[in-house]
Parts: sequence; structure tokens; C-alpha cells
Amino acid sequence: MSTKNILIAGFGGQGVLFAGKFLAYAGLLLDQQVSWLPSYGPEMRGGTANCSVILSDTAVGSPIVSAPDVLIAMNLPSFQKYQPAVQPGGVILMDSTLIGEAPSRSDVTVYAVPATQMASDAGLTSLSNMILVGKLLRECLPALDTVRDDALRKVVPPKKAHLIEANQRAIALGSAFEG
Amino acid sequence: MAERVLMKGNEAIAEAAIQAGCRHYFGYPITPQTEIAAYMAKRMPKIGGCFLQAESEIAAINMVYGVASAGQRVMTSSSSPGISLKGEGISYLAGSDLPALIVNVQRGGPGLGGIQPSQSDYFQSTRGGGHGDYRLIVLAPASVQEMASLTVTGFDLADKYRMPAMILADGTMGQMMEPVALEVPEQTVYEKPWALTGTRMQRRHNIVNSLYLQPEELERTNLERFERYKTIEQNETRYDAYRMEDAEICVVAYGIAARVSKNAIDAARAKGIRAGLIRPITLWPFPSAPLKAAAEQVHTFLSVELSMGQMIEDIELSIRCKRPVQLVNRVGGMIPSPEQVLAAIEKAAKEGGARS
Repeated sequence: MSTKNILIAGFGGQGVLFAGKFLAYAGLLLDQQVSWLPSYGPEMRGGTANCSVILSDTAVGSPIVSAPDVLIAMNLPSFQKYQPAVQPGGVILMDSTLIGEAPSRSDVTVYAVPATQMASDAGLTSLSNMILVGKLLRECLPALDTVRDDALRKVVPPKKAHLIEANQRAIALGSAFEG
Repeated sequence: MAERVLMKGNEAIAEAAIQAGCRHYFGYPITPQTEIAAYMAKRMPKIGGCFLQAESEIAAINMVYGVASAGQRVMTSSSSPGISLKGEGISYLAGSDLPALIVNVQRGGPGLGGIQPSQSDYFQSTRGGGHGDYRLIVLAPASVQEMASLTVTGFDLADKYRMPAMILADGTMGQMMEPVALEVPEQTVYEKPWALTGTRMQRRHNIVNSLYLQPEELERTNLERFERYKTIEQNETRYDAYRMEDAEICVVAYGIAARVSKNAIDAARAKGIRAGLIRPITLWPFPSAPLKAAAEQVHTFLSVELSMGQMIEDIELSIRCKRPVQLVNRVGGMIPSPEQVLAAIEKAAKEGGARS
């Protein structure tokens, strides 16, 4: 892996920024160069959130991901907005519970994961983000999986340490999902 | 070496300020720099420092004046409209020869503008911002690591030269997280015999003041101050050069614009175009000498800015208009893309320095 440009997009409250932070910390633990840039503008105040994460073997230039190698789309508006921007040969990971539309791109790999449904079935409501992350680790970033637990301990605040186990389960669930 | 942790640029500034010995912070919230105040609010009470949310930006800068007069390291932060409000106080700090650190995490303007990143306060910062003849030392970080390290530098230079220094960042630098190693800086002790610390009946009282009704005296303070500025220009100019060794095109950019430009330069090099970057780290003093030297080597300069062409004037002055300087910009909270900068580099390569 040389450089991975990742864009995560969804509603506020879906854990978009958290998922990004987890990936950035995992990269850091593997001694990679990383950057994490959240949206903080009017679109966030309108209820949508996105964040750019770059993992690289060399110094990160611009921290803005405008043409992602990997798009994690967690709702329909984000999917529609960012699908055209994905690099040819790139990857789209989508929450197919919330996105009823099929992708129109044929030059990218698509993983449709019913993450919201899976989270709800497993009693992991609000962890659809980490189910998608689990799938991402397995398909695109296997090295990051080796530092999964350490990265979780970095991003889950000490007061909420009891949530680490649920996050681990969500990642495992996503990772095991076939499709 | 300290452990690398992920921090937002705003938090890195706050933590670095504390490590540099700053124990007084006064501010008023405004996006996109509020994390600085939030961090200070959390940490200062725990270390015996003072965090105070003032009733306005104007109140905050005048509290800074008070603590600076007492010889203590002190900081305030804001974003563009709030910095305008502080302008009067900054001029008073300069006129009273007081050290302080002012942070501007810029957003789009003019007026209330927007909340997205911008570099349109370049003129305001590098020309002083308030009334009167004065300068600020202006430091422009281009990474979270530099948000931290230049904060320490800012305090040191402010103390060393008895003048206000400014961190000129932007919304991206403030909001982004990157790994940062917070080295506890070596504390240089700057004697401040001028500070208002109480005479204990053992010395004459000190006066901190910017009012001089005798014009001869006011002229003298101005001339002395500008002698000091000359020393700073000679000793404290900082910049970074990237792939300039054999460059034919010199991109000049600071902060987020420099980060974007690096991508474009790498892409241009991959196409066989010899482009390089000179990144001013101090915007005042401006790195004129390396630009003047580059004018002997390159055929074109590009000024990449998040403003309508402000830094471009300093580039043209530095190279005495010897080569064409082209503006590559977005404004209002928009950020130039690497593709936009690359297209400008390719066009410059084709024109080969011909003036249009």
C-alpha cells in the first residue's frame, strides 16, 4: 500500500468522524503518515457529515480527499453526491439498508453491506459505521486489522471503555460478511 | 522523542502554548478555532493557569495587554472577523512593545463571511492590521506538527523582540488531525526588566504606554522599533524549499495552499515538468532573498493562495518583477484543487516565461 484516500460520508450521529478517527489511529500505530479532516461547514449543520482520511507511506500532501480510492457511503445523499468522484478501479462500501439505489459505476468494486440492519439484529444499534469498517479492513486494509484493538483503545475515551467490546463485535461482524 | 499522537491543529496550538509556559488565555468563541478555547478551558484550571472567556474579542485583547505588561506569556485566539475586532488592541501591544501571541484561524470574508478556510487576512496580518507603523511576526504553519512548533517559536520570538507575534492558520489547519510529537521545548528565559511586577520599593517604577504627545519622542520610538524589525528580517526569516534544485517553475504557497501545491508539483514532475515549491514559514518577515535568488533560475512564479491575490504582491516585490508571477486561487472558503494548480503549472511550462 502506498497511499489510500478514504472518504466517509453520512448523517451526523452515524459515527462518520469516529470511524475516520479509528482508521487514522490504526494507520498511526502502523507508523504510516496519516491525516483526518472533518467537514465542519454548513453541510454538517444541515445534518450530514463527512471526513477525509489519508493513509500513506510518504508524507501526506493535501489532506482533502476529492477523488477517493475508497468511499464509505452511509446514506443516500452522500452516495449520490460522492459516487461519481471515486477513482476508477476504486471501492465503494455502502450501507444497503439505507441506500436503496444500485451504483451506476461499473469501473469500481462495490460492497453492499446491510450494515444498519445487521447492527440492529445484533443489538449493536449505532455501530453500523464499524460494521462497514470491518468490511473495509478485510477487503482493502488487512494490515490495519492487526492493530484493531490498540486503535480502538486510542479512540474510545476511557470513560466509555465498556463500548470497546461492542466495537470489536461490530468490526468482526462486518469482516465476516460475505457479499 | 515524544510519542506521536493524533491531534487537531487547534488542540496542538493550545497544548504547545501551555508547554511553552503560557498560563493565561483570553478569548471569545468563533468557528473554526473554538477548540483552542475549549482545550484551554479544560487544562488551565488544572495547572494553575487562567482561562477566561471574555465578553468580547476587544475585551480579550485588552486582557492580553494587561498580562503582557506584567511580563507573563499570554495568548488569545480568534478567526478573521474576531481578529479585526482585536486590531486596536494589537496596535496598542505593538506601540507599547509588548510580547504576546495572537492566533488567527482564518475563515472567508469580508464581513461576517463564512466559516470555511481562507487566507484572505494576509494583508491584514503582514501589514500589522491596526493603525500606525508596526509589524507583527507572522508564522504560517502547514501541518499540525507546525501548529505546535510554531506556537513555541511565536512565544520565543515575541519575548526576544518585545513585540506581538501571530500564528496565521486557516480552517483546514485548525480542524484537521495529524500525528504530532509534542516535544517539551527548552525554556529560554527572557529577562523582562521592563515588566510591571511591583517595585518592592527597590527600583523606580516601570511604565508601559503607547501615548507620546511629543512628536520627537514618538518618532524616536518608531525609528527604534524599525531598527529592531531590520534585525528580525535579517535573523528570523524562515521558509521551506521543495524540489527547487533544478526547478524552472517556482510555486509559492503557505499553509493549506502549500499542501495542495505539493501534490500538484509531484504530479507535474511525473510528467517531466520541473516545478518546485518555496513555502514561506514566516510571512513577515517575508523570505524575499530565496525568491530573488530563484528568479535567476526559474522562468515563472505561481502564487497559490486562498485570497484574491495578496501574497502575489510580496512575491513581485521580492523579485522586482523580474519574472512573470501568476495567480492561482480560490476564495470564499473554497480551496484550490491539486488539479487546478497542476493545470496552471502545465500552462506555465508551455508558455516558458513569456509575458502575456
